[in-house]
Amino acid sequence: MGDVPPRASTEDLLLVRRLRAGDEQAFMELVERYQPSMLRIARMYVSTRAVAEEVVQDAWLGVLRGLDGFEGRSSLRTWIFRILVNIAKSRGAREARSVPFSSLGEDESGPTVDPDRFRPDDDPRWPGHWAAPPAGWEGVPEERLLAGETLARVDEAIEALPPNQRAVIRLRDVLGWTSTEVCNALDLSETNQRVLLHRARAKVRRALEGYLAPEGAG
Amino acid sequence: MTTPGAMNCKSLVELVTEYLDGALPEPERARFEAHLAGCDGCTTYLDQIRTTIRVAGALSEEQIPPPAREALLDVYRRWAEETGRGLGG
Repeated sequence: MGDVPPRASTEDLLLVRRLRAGDEQAFMELVERYQPSMLRIARMYVSTRAVAEEVVQDAWLGVLRGLDGFEGRSSLRTWIFRILVNIAKSRGAREARSVPFSSLGEDESGPTVDPDRFRPDDDPRWPGHWAAPPAGWEGVPEERLLAGETLARVDEAIEALPPNQRAVIRLRDVLGWTSTEVCNALDLSETNQRVLLHRARAKVRRALEGYLAPEGAG
Repeated sequence: MTTPGAMNCKSLVELVTEYLDGALPEPERARFEAHLAGCDGCTTYLDQIRTTIRVAGALSEEQIPPPAREALLDVYRRWAEETGRGLGG
């Protein structure tokens, strides 16, 4: 992980100052922002939602206790998620359910696009080129793309992913984190993180493709 | 028509994430773009991955149930009290 994680922003430092001063509003802002994703991450390490909620609560306490020592060498959210992951891991260990993050989810390999969609490798003219290329979505109106039902399908597809792929795509694509931030929070190498993201996106695209396929296609 | 060192569709689709992250080293990046320039199928595939990312970005996180908010506020209040912050103004 060669990249240096981003340092705390001015906004982060301001928020930390308010938290240190006992500003409840500041704390609740932070809770609104991170609690749902913290819960999702915690769920990967422990067995039940109830335990995950405890883990997240312990993490918030850890954040508060560490607040005076926060020097802004990483962004606030990276710091918070690192505390969370540490607590979730040790709680998971106590539950004897501890597994390295990279193995949360079967070790998948192989192509992310159905090989049948390509011409065979020994095709005389176009080896490995599309036999059944994707049908473009230009004709799909924006309203349909972002409609509740489409979003529900995407959410479903994400939920169906192995936990490690799910966590990475949630952080990267749903929440818009950078790859460096995700690597830092989840203790993943850049390469590993990208492989998980790649597999996750390919599956979600496939789900969307199935859903958006023109009526009567195939 | 396949030139030596050229990329085919089957290998391009496995590189889209690296490409979009700006992590594809040369000369693969150049080969990737050269292939894309002449291939509608791969252009569509890449567009669809971009759209997938955009749609995922439109998902919202679930709301925090009020009892959980209350519990967390309590955690903060107890901490603030124990450490003598914001002494009630």
